[in-house]
Amino acid sequence: MADGSIGLWTVPLAVFGGAIRVSTPFLFVSLGECITERSGRINLGLEGTLVMGAMSAYGISYLSGSPWLGVLAAGIAGALLGALHAGICSLPRVNDVAVGIALMLFGTGLAFYLGKPLIEPTAPRLPAIDFGWWSDIPQVRAALRINVLFLIGVMLAPVLYWAFRSTRWGLVIRTAGESADAARAMGHSVLLIRLRATMVGGFLAGIGGSFLSLFYPGSWNEGLSSGQGITAVALVIFARWDPMLCLWASLAFGGAAALGPALQSVGVTSGYHLFNAAPYFLTLAIMIITCSPKRTLTGAPAELSITR
Amino acid sequence: MSSEVADSADAVAVAPAADAGFLQRHGTRIEYILIPGAALSAALVVFGVFVALFGKNPLDLYFYMYYGAFGTWFSWQNTLTRAAPLILTALCTALPAQLGMVIIGGEGALLIGALSATSMALAMASAMPWAPPLAVQIAMAAAGMVGGGLWILLAGALRQYRGVNETISSLLLVYIALAILNHLVEGPMRDPASLNKPSTREIGAANMIGSIPGTEVHWGLVFGLIAAILSYILIYHTTFGFAARVAGGNIRAARIVGLSVGKLILTICFLAGSCAGLAGMVEVAAVQGRTNANLAAGYGFTGILVAFLARQNPLAIIPVAILLGGISASGGLLQRRLDLPDASVLVLQGIIFMFVLASDAMYGRIGFLKGKS
Repeated sequence: MADGSIGLWTVPLAVFGGAIRVSTPFLFVSLGECITERSGRINLGLEGTLVMGAMSAYGISYLSGSPWLGVLAAGIAGALLGALHAGICSLPRVNDVAVGIALMLFGTGLAFYLGKPLIEPTAPRLPAIDFGWWSDIPQVRAALRINVLFLIGVMLAPVLYWAFRSTRWGLVIRTAGESADAARAMGHSVLLIRLRATMVGGFLAGIGGSFLSLFYPGSWNEGLSSGQGITAVALVIFARWDPMLCLWASLAFGGAAALGPALQSVGVTSGYHLFNAAPYFLTLAIMIITCSPKRTLTGAPAELSITR
Repeated sequence: MSSEVADSADAVAVAPAADAGFLQRHGTRIEYILIPGAALSAALVVFGVFVALFGKNPLDLYFYMYYGAFGTWFSWQNTLTRAAPLILTALCTALPAQLGMVIIGGEGALLIGALSATSMALAMASAMPWAPPLAVQIAMAAAGMVGGGLWILLAGALRQYRGVNETISSLLLVYIALAILNHLVEGPMRDPASLNKPSTREIGAANMIGSIPGTEVHWGLVFGLIAAILSYILIYHTTFGFAARVAGGNIRAARIVGLSVGKLILTICFLAGSCAGLAGMVEVAAVQGRTNANLAAGYGFTGILVAFLARQNPLAIIPVAILLGGISASGGLLQRRLDLPDASVLVLQGIIFMFVLASDAMYGRIGFLKGKS
């Protein structure tokens, strides 16, 4: 093994490395969406938020020279789009699913518009921590070059799990999601809770986007995100609105998304596009298996429009 | 105002205030025109401010948008050519909306329809080269409609039998359709002669559907108009459509009166998908001549906006599709004359969409349209 040729082990190793690398945007978007949906509203526009986050992160990183400032900018851009979503949804008789579709169009359009001059230049990228220093095998070292954002995301999942269960803040969000009337009776403004939850959700989704442009694939172009945002929204349903399950599901999806490039690297090139679509097939298959027409999903917030 | 004479007897009997004027009596109809119109104007103003921030003159913007969309016979033809697929993809969202379903997968059905139509044409070219072009065209349209129909039927069936949310599943199916198209176009169905842009073989010039005489606008526009009118009749003037609207209004009431909601969902989804599939066939048989990644031009996504702006009414879709076709037709001119990025059309569409949705809050709240009660 010391000669560096690890043969067919390349594929599982690349899938493992991919699970870590590719899963980060899924993880941030799904955790953000988890907060929003727990408060009783669905934001389908996170696909647009993701692209907008990627563009703002790249732009600010290029202009300021600091990728971390870029990450912050992506979060703020995401939070603003979240506020826009919540603002429109707080009007009477406005459908949150439709607003999400509108924001998907608007976010992508705005990102392409403002990001036009950013396709050429190269921005400073986020650093990675080398966890593979003990190995001589380049593939292992490549798989273990882990970005700090991934670690933050991994830590965020149990924190959110704990916060939903045992903090006042978590209880208020869950109350708004289970019964708006109960939240109102407790003296909380449901619209305000949902506004905050959607803004935090947008903030996290924006950070997920910054990972795309600043680490992997690590450049800005218009084909950067192809449905990762919407896959992550579907993933929340499959993860039963549980932050820890979001983490495991994101890892599984990252692995599935890395399958295409991994197989290509060992010479399996036919069906490249089909393997690349693996996360979408996987999402659909999981939704088919886990949903049922007879009952609402366990763990679903009762106020959520799509599960009613 | 002639009916006021007849009304006056009742009005006196009930209350003097019940003497409703023209505005009050047609309040809901006026609202359907006034509110989307106001939303559209507000969106145009916001977009004008947006481009003004980048140092462009908004008045130039409005002029070039009008000129590029409806200013000349040439731009009218460009607009109508783009409106054709928009009418069809908008129906893909508007028909299921009658049942209260939000289907946003028109783009996927368009791609699958295009692939099916191309496959049909290529298969007929090799199996029965003697077939007349008209037969090939009819077979292509049928294949496109069945392909697109089955694609959206899948989303409907998943909703009906597995309870899978149709909005998310139909969007996932867009990405899956795109992957299938790219796979086939770069693999099994690739024309070896297409080097830079992987494509299928051409369907042949004889099998193209051509233009409406005297114009450059292809026959797809007529297909779209027919589909919209038929959909309108189906929804508003048949028992089937009535049943669909009952189920959309209150699904439990529909079950109680014995409507088979499942059959309604599946039929409507198939029809919706076949409209988008026909759009795919039209794009192949009238514009591209073959299938390649150019087909994923976003007509499916703009179609969603058209349907919402038309308030899911099949007849209203026709003018709205022409309007949005005009906006996208003017995109090229905006790029050349004002040096705006091609994505500005997308930004404008997003802004319009948000204003239209926000304007839903206005219905029934405009003071001068309400009768004094």
